[in-house]
Amino acid sequence: MVEYLTHTLGLSGTLAWTIAAVVAAVLVLNVIAGGALVFIWAERKVAARIQDRLGPTRTGGRFGWLQSLADGIKLLAKEDLMPDGADGLLFKIAPYVSFCASFCAFIALPFAFDVVGLRLNVAVFFVVAVLGLEVFGVIIAGYASASKWSLFGAMREAAQVVSYEVPLGMCVVVPVMLAGSMDMVTIAEKQAGWFWNWYLFHDPFTFVVFWVYVTCAVASVNRAPFDLAEAESELVAGFHTEYSGLRWSFFFMAEYGSMFLVSGMAAVLFLGGWNGPIPIATLLGWSEGTGESAHYLVRLVGLANLIGKATLGVLFMMWIRWTLPRLRIDQVMTTCLKYCTPIAAVMFAGAMLWQVLLPGGLMPGVGRPGGEVREGWLEGPGGRAVQAPAPPAVAEIRP
Amino acid sequence: MTLPSSVVGDLGVLGVAFLPLAAINWHSVMFLLFAAVACLAAVAVVAADNVVRMALYLVVSLAATAGLFFLAGAEFVGAMQLMIYVGGTLVLLVFGVMLTAQAPFVAIKSEGGDRVVAGIVGAALLAALVLAGLSVPAWRQPASMHAPPPAATPLGMALVGVRVDAAEGPGVIGPRVGYLLPFEIVSVHLLVVLVGAAYLARAKRRKVPRPIDQVASVEPPASVAAHASIGRGERAGSVLTGGSA
Repeated sequence: MVEYLTHTLGLSGTLAWTIAAVVAAVLVLNVIAGGALVFIWAERKVAARIQDRLGPTRTGGRFGWLQSLADGIKLLAKEDLMPDGADGLLFKIAPYVSFCASFCAFIALPFAFDVVGLRLNVAVFFVVAVLGLEVFGVIIAGYASASKWSLFGAMREAAQVVSYEVPLGMCVVVPVMLAGSMDMVTIAEKQAGWFWNWYLFHDPFTFVVFWVYVTCAVASVNRAPFDLAEAESELVAGFHTEYSGLRWSFFFMAEYGSMFLVSGMAAVLFLGGWNGPIPIATLLGWSEGTGESAHYLVRLVGLANLIGKATLGVLFMMWIRWTLPRLRIDQVMTTCLKYCTPIAAVMFAGAMLWQVLLPGGLMPGVGRPGGEVREGWLEGPGGRAVQAPAPPAVAEIRP
Repeated sequence: MTLPSSVVGDLGVLGVAFLPLAAINWHSVMFLLFAAVACLAAVAVVAADNVVRMALYLVVSLAATAGLFFLAGAEFVGAMQLMIYVGGTLVLLVFGVMLTAQAPFVAIKSEGGDRVVAGIVGAALLAALVLAGLSVPAWRQPASMHAPPPAATPLGMALVGVRVDAAEGPGVIGPRVGYLLPFEIVSVHLLVVLVGAAYLARAKRRKVPRPIDQVASVEPPASVAAHASIGRGERAGSVLTGGSA
């Protein structure tokens, strides 16, 4: 995009970079805000159907699809309350801390090939690091509210964070090891082709690791059965008991944004990223070389694939939320530390051994081992060949 | 009066008549912005009274430092900064919350003499660091903007013992040794610390019960048991009589 602006429109480099950055930021913001609108409506409908109800039916027509908008207007019009004993600065800053962390992590998430806010060399690491910052908002909110319920919620969140971060990091390392890169674009590229190239089906170990990742991801976004920070039946509303109106909705936008983010990350790391289960684009011959329209069509299909997978992930989390009862805090810590961590560690070692002993998979003819050339997918915009990630220079170790 | 075409293009798009945007080095502007945030937050850490606010300012300061790393193109170091320092401050924040939650918002006032001593020590350290930084001639030159972005791969390879980035040539003697041994030592050290922490933190199971546990586990004397049963019977009786009356 920067190239387009500088070469076609003749803008200077700085201005082009600024415009590109603003466009990317606005798009990401829209993904979070628009996604929250859709997902909150979907959550109501899913919850209702699971509980044998109808959910919203009236607002905006047959399926109540304007319900989220009505809720949003209600939240905007609500009075912004702050308890007398609250620490004003911290109370006000906490929702923005949560939201900023969720927003920043989206910068490095690729939506399709080259459709990424900023292609980082260490994207996976960056996303995990930034997602960990979301907790600050929760703990600060719980402390600053000067309420016992809020403080309990914040302390539970702190205990939960230290338990899920370790296994989450271990799960994320497995696809990084298989791809040999922390660049999310590269990781998704390596899974191109039919769905058996996805890292989910790479070997039995990665299949197990994926489910450990799902468990930890649900814990990391504070969704039931891990929603101890806002246990409605015990702590009123946990850390956001004292929040109302727009500040409260920022917490929720952050939560739904993070849900979409961890689902998108699961899609990129394990489910092939923007590569569909069936390589339609390749079968139809829409590679980069066939022309400008095909070039954009491929991106569009990839975008639809990734957003579809991430949405499925979010729906899966909703299904879990309305199916499973909430765990106690000691059960959360047991699940994460005593079960998820050893399982992830063993599976990591297993995946490593598999990669060493059976690099071609069980059926070497079917799957494509390692990183081969992916039918023109590595061709960047404007015919510029995107530099493939250099393979680890093991061959030149010893002179 | 004529302006360079690039400047005219910028002005036309932005509608700004007086500010030559193209003349500003935006990299420096961003650097100054992040540096100012980091410094102000660092001062605020010292000046604040509340422990939790101090921890928050520390987070802001460290995050701005991570921003400086990202600005310099060192993404891995920046992400490390976020993960280790900012994430580590989380524990500090939790301790602050736990310590001050009983009496909310306790103010920690430092005395005048302490402030003077701390100011002198801090100023001396700052002066020493600035002088040391300025004494390296290579650091005075601005880094090349067109250098290839540093990747994390050479770093990882160096940690497992292969320096793929080391210079190769006739002057270099021996194999390009990485940092496998220090890496392993640090890993084992951390593992030992982790095991030790887990051992200290786990609930103690005593093989020999304490005297107080033994007393508690003894059956109550017959008089106490009789008294308790009388009480239960009385209450049940009163409820019954109350209900019948």
